[in-house]
Amino acid sequence: MSADRTEIARQFIAGLPHCDALGMVLTTIGEGEAEIYMPYSEKLVGDPESGVIHGGAVSALMDTCAGAAVMSHPKAGPATATLDLRIDYMRAAKPGATITAHAICYHMTRAVGFVRVSATDGASDVPVAAATGAFAVERGKS
Amino acid sequence: MSRTKPEPIQVVKERRDAALSALVARVPYISFMGFEFERRGDELTAVMPYRPDLIGNTSLPALHGGALAAFLEVTALITLSWSMVWPKIEAGETVDVLPKFPKTIDLTVDYLRSGLPRDAYARAEITRAGRRYASVQVEAWQDNRARPTVHATGHFLMPDNRTSND
Repeated sequence: MSADRTEIARQFIAGLPHCDALGMVLTTIGEGEAEIYMPYSEKLVGDPESGVIHGGAVSALMDTCAGAAVMSHPKAGPATATLDLRIDYMRAAKPGATITAHAICYHMTRAVGFVRVSATDGASDVPVAAATGAFAVERGKS
Repeated sequence: MSRTKPEPIQVVKERRDAALSALVARVPYISFMGFEFERRGDELTAVMPYRPDLIGNTSLPALHGGALAAFLEVTALITLSWSMVWPKIEAGETVDVLPKFPKTIDLTVDYLRSGLPRDAYARAEITRAGRRYASVQVEAWQDNRARPTVHATGHFLMPDNRTSND
């Protein structure tokens, strides 16, 4: 996607109230792929003893990233809504680390976009969480 | 035969409510999201009071799917933890040491309707509570209980809370 469209997408994500509340920043988007990061914050902690971020915040990040990937797919229309998202939590995120989600919309039909997302914290090659989702799409004119 | 006098209801309620608020208050993310828990006997209802910063689609507008997923996950985790402390509370113990939280293994969220910009409620049902694993169904609704907004099934790894006293 051109620098212009990436900038528009970045502003779009930043303008969504809940994404803004969680501090999400979109870095790359285009051709059915997106990457969004979420810096560590004390307010997102789920377990005060360990300082690990709550799974719910990671889910919100992955849902946003998956939706962005769908919207950036060449065959997608302007609007999308999550139909289903299955999240696997593989390990606790490293306290203090920024979490980055990467999503690929690997198939698009007339009505549905199929997406895979993974979330990493840079501490290991094993993702913190992975998800697969189906998104309802409004097709643009083809 | 002498019967022990039952505890005054207020004492019982206070003990139950104190344990519930202690359980909820220790999670920064729950206060950040503004989730609240209401209790009737042992049944919990989670409340996600509407706030503009929960919106994920400004044109509809609709609640962020991630906020709803988080709401369901928190409801499941608190309900599971509550089920672990409940027997102790009923045995008259004050719960000084709260159990560790279960860990989410996976969560499958089914988005049934778009989340309206108003309060949401959720209840979790523990389908199976094993010593090591638990399965939970959790559902959230808004104005109409018969028309759920989101539904999820999750699997959780239960903490090892056995102490030398057990």
